[in-house]
Amino acid sequence: MTLKTEPIIVNIGPQHPSTHGVFRLRILFDGEVIHDVEPVFGYLHRGSEKLAEERTYTQIVTLTDRLDYLAAMSNNLSYCLSVEKLMGIEAPERAKYIRTIMAELMRISSHLMGLGFFLQDLGAFATPLMYMFREREKIMDLFEMASGARITYTYMRPGGVNDDLPPEFMPALRKFADEMPGYIDEYERLLRENEILITRTKGVGVLPRDLAINGSLSGPALRASGVPWDLRKADPYEVYSRVQFDLPVGQIGDNYDRFLVRLEEMRQSLRIVRQCMQQMPAGPFRADLPMLLRPPKGDAYAHVEGPKGELGFYLVSDGSISPYRCAIRAPSFINLSLLKEMLVGWKIADMITIVGSLDFNMGEVDR
Amino acid sequence: MTRQLAGQEIAAALKGVFPEALTDVGASDVTVRGEDILDVCRHMHDAPALAFDYLVSLNAVDWIDSFEVVYQLVSIQYNHKAVLRTRAYGREAPVLPSVSSVWRGANLQEREVYDLMGVRFEGHPNMRRIFLWEGFEGHPLRKDFLLQRP
Amino acid sequence: MAVSALATGCQPPGFFDGQNLWHEWVVNFFPRIGDSICRGMGGHADGGPPNWLIYLVLGFLGSLIVVNIAALGVPFVVLLERKLLGRFQNRIGPNRVGPFGLLQPVADALKLMTKEDITPAAADKIVFALAPLAFAIPIILMFAPIPWADHASLANLDIGILWVIAVTTAAEAGIFMAGWSSNNKYSLFGAMRAVALLVSYEIPLVLSLLGVVLLAGTLNLSEIVLDQRFAPNILWQPLGFFVFIIAVSAELNRAPFDQLEAESELVSGFHTEYSGMKWAMVQLGEYAALIGFSAIIATLFLSGWKGPLWIPGYIWLVTKMAFILCAFIWVRATIPRMRIDQIMAFGWKFLLPLSIINIFATAAEVIAFPDALPYWLIPINIAFAGACVVGMAKLLGFQPKTRKIVIPGRPVIGDDTPGRIVPLMRGGN
Repeated sequence: MTLKTEPIIVNIGPQHPSTHGVFRLRILFDGEVIHDVEPVFGYLHRGSEKLAEERTYTQIVTLTDRLDYLAAMSNNLSYCLSVEKLMGIEAPERAKYIRTIMAELMRISSHLMGLGFFLQDLGAFATPLMYMFREREKIMDLFEMASGARITYTYMRPGGVNDDLPPEFMPALRKFADEMPGYIDEYERLLRENEILITRTKGVGVLPRDLAINGSLSGPALRASGVPWDLRKADPYEVYSRVQFDLPVGQIGDNYDRFLVRLEEMRQSLRIVRQCMQQMPAGPFRADLPMLLRPPKGDAYAHVEGPKGELGFYLVSDGSISPYRCAIRAPSFINLSLLKEMLVGWKIADMITIVGSLDFNMGEVDR
Repeated sequence: MTRQLAGQEIAAALKGVFPEALTDVGASDVTVRGEDILDVCRHMHDAPALAFDYLVSLNAVDWIDSFEVVYQLVSIQYNHKAVLRTRAYGREAPVLPSVSSVWRGANLQEREVYDLMGVRFEGHPNMRRIFLWEGFEGHPLRKDFLLQRP
Repeated sequence: MAVSALATGCQPPGFFDGQNLWHEWVVNFFPRIGDSICRGMGGHADGGPPNWLIYLVLGFLGSLIVVNIAALGVPFVVLLERKLLGRFQNRIGPNRVGPFGLLQPVADALKLMTKEDITPAAADKIVFALAPLAFAIPIILMFAPIPWADHASLANLDIGILWVIAVTTAAEAGIFMAGWSSNNKYSLFGAMRAVALLVSYEIPLVLSLLGVVLLAGTLNLSEIVLDQRFAPNILWQPLGFFVFIIAVSAELNRAPFDQLEAESELVSGFHTEYSGMKWAMVQLGEYAALIGFSAIIATLFLSGWKGPLWIPGYIWLVTKMAFILCAFIWVRATIPRMRIDQIMAFGWKFLLPLSIINIFATAAEVIAFPDALPYWLIPINIAFAGACVVGMAKLLGFQPKTRKIVIPGRPVIGDDTPGRIVPLMRGGN
């Protein structure tokens, strides 16, 4: 007797519990094994780049908040650096430290979400996710003190930050920096050595080093593949050249490495935050700039190491009050370049974990 | 720090191989003739002294008379970076060779440029719209795209 | 076979007879009800109604009680699960409806009853409508032979264990019907996984029970409870308990084996397309199975309704069931889900050999000590079970200690500042 089998096409998403937003994958399955993948984007496309052409340089900061809404501070920072590069100015020292602290807290917060949802995708039924929400709340409280908002901060401005840190911020930050390592240890104890987690992640979704570079991956996904490439080291901006931190690097680039890299990066971020707290000078928090910025004609590309990867803004100015072109290098989007290579041959369950381990955000993918 | 290669440095490295490809040499970038961009990119990727193994970003600017596509390249090996520019002419069907055979990371970015700017990349494995749906009229990032139709 | 073993309660139980009527009523609540109904109808007397009528009425009444234990217990188990999961996850859990959220089950039930009942246009409508019933009814049937107290089971079957296994296996047909008829690919995946997983785990499930059966020498659940008069079977059968509780959690689609519904992968698996009361029936079946199997685990391994204190048997049983339920919920809140092929490998390579080892070891013990097993066998059995589990795990390549691998550090690119690359410590395997 011969069995007649046929592959089936399944739409994973746009409504699906673990597609991190409104992502959609058209997958050709043979049984449970993936034969072909076609990602479908655009469900959250808002035309941020076109909108930016209609806004003044300061107004665009609010647009950047809505790119990767789990890492709004890093987006602000990248955009502001780009405008500053375009105008040839620099933020005051104090602003640089404040921005660095904010970017690193944002990285912790974003990694918490990334890890939490990754473990959720593994089926750990929200317990680790809820633990991580607990600490994210504390970070959001800190941000609320500084900026008044909890998700879309719009805290940074070209040439500095919107407002100086309130007096209660530093004690709260110190308390957080003291407590957080214990919590990270708690996450590790909860699941890192769990046999099920290990069998589900080790060797799954391996991304070889050369392929990862060729596919323009960045951030933890690239470092997990064994490439010690971090813009904070490779091309230091703000005050990263004055602080010490280590660079966690994975070995083979599987899900487990991506998991560990994010865990370790949170610790390193805390190190940076602590050093910044010690070194932070007093002084102005914003450069003296006119209300309406008119950068000279020209173009500039500035990038930061965001939580998801290299986040860059390519601004072209025609001398007017709004950019002629504002192109965004969105790490979440470009990290999905190799999705097909990573997914083919794995099963449904692995598909979910591999997609989860890339930690992308649809607000940034579709822009 | 990542070292930004000056336009002259890139030009010197490319002159011997592609004597006619460069149309303009700027302070920190070079402009490459559209039809040569694939060969130039492949050379920059493969040449051991340049070793631009990482395509940071690929995006396009609409200068009305032409579309400028900007390639931000980085060499992870040497930690230097370069900016390539190229131009595609014509508003109906501007065409450039695709570099996605050199860097896979260009795959989605070229589709995005095609979708929003309307520059078609020849040799791309899947040159379709990415964010907007098939059948969408026009390319929204072009300067002549009307946000509100009359 | 008598429909109702409540009728056996017509013979008054031995102890307490005539001494303390109230206490006797509480302890022997179930048999007493049967007894008094029997008497009230004028049974055991000449000229009373015929015996078949008494049996029929008692059977219906008994079924009513037991079905309601299952059906009304489910919402409260759901509430328990939600409350506990909330606590495990730093949340409060449901607390809006009623004191401490105790009326949440009522609210849930009302919501489900008033919800629109959607049948997909492309579904096989008859099978789609029948599937929840085909899933829930066998599960409720499984409550029949469970002894809630002395002489208090709905049907005192001589093949009690066999009956439980048989009806719960029949429920898998309902799962498959639901998945197939929904005409939804997620449901289809869930159904296919169900067939593969549940059928595979039936084997270790049944084999691990054979040890208990060997010890008791009977398939009758009441007899098995009575047989555990010296010590609960978990002490004599640690290995069997270990295999059984894992196989049961696979049978129940509980984490980490909830591949059938795999929320993060298959949305809801086989019941993705169900809504309203049909969905409620599916939930009823799942949680009734959870309650039923915790009663079975308590009966087979934790000496069922028997307890050291003079507390009514049904309270002992419910207490033990609550512990087992909490353990299931705890596992669900902690452990990630396994992949389907890993689950299959785990079942066939790990659980099946262990359950076979258990049968042979038990058989040897029973042959060596035909009357009763000596107490000094308990530590030996526990040590043996631990050795078997660890040995089998090692055989399959599990390394309990993490192997630390350190790769030579590469220089950080563009490193202007002190700092180094940290090679991450990956564990073994």
